[in-house]
Amino acid sequence: MLRLFWCILSRDLTLALRRGTDVLTSLFFFVIVVSLFPLGVGTEREVLQTLGPGVVWVAALLASMLALERLFAADHVDGTLEQMLLTDQPRALLVLAKITAHWLLTGLPLVLIAPLVGMQYHLTGAAVGVMMLTLLIGTPVLSLLGAIGAALTLGLRGGGILLALLILPLYIPVLVYGAGAIDVAATVSVADTRPYFELLGAFLLVTLVFAPVAAAAALKISLE
Amino acid sequence: MLEVVQLECRRGDRLLFSALDVEVGGGTLLHVRGRNGSGKTTLLRALCGLFTPERGKIRWRGTPIAELGDEYHRDLLYFGHLNGIKGDLTGVENLRVTTTLDGERLDEQALWAALARIGLQGFEDLPTRMLSQGQKKRVALARLVLSRAPLWVLDEPFTALDTAAVALLETLIAEHVAGGGIVVLTTHQDVPLTSGQVARLDLGS
Repeated sequence: MLRLFWCILSRDLTLALRRGTDVLTSLFFFVIVVSLFPLGVGTEREVLQTLGPGVVWVAALLASMLALERLFAADHVDGTLEQMLLTDQPRALLVLAKITAHWLLTGLPLVLIAPLVGMQYHLTGAAVGVMMLTLLIGTPVLSLLGAIGAALTLGLRGGGILLALLILPLYIPVLVYGAGAIDVAATVSVADTRPYFELLGAFLLVTLVFAPVAAAAALKISLE
Repeated sequence: MLEVVQLECRRGDRLLFSALDVEVGGGTLLHVRGRNGSGKTTLLRALCGLFTPERGKIRWRGTPIAELGDEYHRDLLYFGHLNGIKGDLTGVENLRVTTTLDGERLDEQALWAALARIGLQGFEDLPTRMLSQGQKKRVALARLVLSRAPLWVLDEPFTALDTAAVALLETLIAEHVAGGGIVVLTTHQDVPLTSGQVARLDLGS
C-alpha cells in the first residue's frame, strides 16, 4: 500500500519538477494577487492590516484552484489515468497520492512564502505565525476538496470555469475560519485563535477521509 | 471463462451492436474484426468495465464483472489506443509505475530485462517523448512481458510497430495463449498462432 502511494507521489513530483513552470505559476500568481491590493487601495497601515488576512486567503483559494485543472487532465490525455483506474490497488489511495503531490507543489510553497506576504500588510509577528499555520492546515483541505471538482469536470469543455463555480462555494468555510484566525491573532490575542484551528483541523480530517474516495468515484464516472 | 451475453452498446443515439453473444475459454485468441466505427473499441472498453453497455452481461469466470470489481482488474490487462505512458518519464520509470499499479514487486533488473526483450536496449533511460511512435508503443507493450494477468485486452496493438516488433508481439501473444491465457484484440491484420485456437468475431456485418 505504502509502496503504491510512494510510487505515484514520486512519479507526480518527478513529472512536475521536469516541467518546472507548473510549480512556479501558482506561487507567482499568489504573490502577484496579494501584491496588487496595496497598490490599489494605498499603503495606509490600518486599512492594510484589516484587509490582509482576507486578501491572503482569497489569493490562496484562487492560486490553489489555478492548478487544479491539471491534477487529472494530463493523465487523462495520455491514457495513464485509464490504467490507474484499471488497477486492483485501492484507487482512493492512488488519488490521495496525487492530491498529496499537488499540495506539495501548490499549497506548501504558499505557506513558505507567507511571511514575505505578511510584511506587505504590516502584520505582527504573531499574526504571521498564525497565518502560516492556518495555511498549513487549510491548503490541504483546498487540494482535497478541489480534487473532487477536478475529477467531476474532467474532460468537459469549459471545465475550468465549471470547476471554479463548483468548488469555490465549498471553499468558503476554510476562507472564513482561516482569515478569521489571522484577524483574531492580529487584533485580540493568539490564544483566542484556538477554536479556529480546531475547526480547520476538523475540516482537514473529514476531507482527508472522504475526498479521496469521492474523487476516485467521480473519476470512474468521468471516464465512461 | 469470459462470457458476453446479449450485449448491446450505443454511442449517443447510434446503435453499435446488439444481442452479441461470445464465449471465450482459456488458451484462446479472440480476434475482433469490423470496419471503422463498428464498435470494436467500445466492445473492448466494455469488456474492461470502462464503458457501461446498454443491455446485457459480461461475466468473468461466471460472475458479472461489475460485481467482481478489483478482483477482475487483477486478472485483466488492458492496452488501449493511448499508450498510457508519460513523455517526461524514461522507459524504466514508466514501466516501474505501470508494474506497481499491476501490483507486481519487481527489481530494477527485471524492468531493464523486459525493455531489452521488447527491443529498447539503449533507450531505457531516455525520456519517452524523445522516442519515435513505434518505440513509445514498445515501451507501453513492455508490460506484456512482465504481466501475469490471464486476460489481455489489446486495442490495435500492432499499429506503428515495425516488422520485428510485430513478430515479437505475435510471439508474446502466442506464448500467452499457449500458457492458457485469453487474448482479445482488434487489428486489421491476421495474427498467426502456432498453438491454441483463434476465434473471430465480426462486428457490423
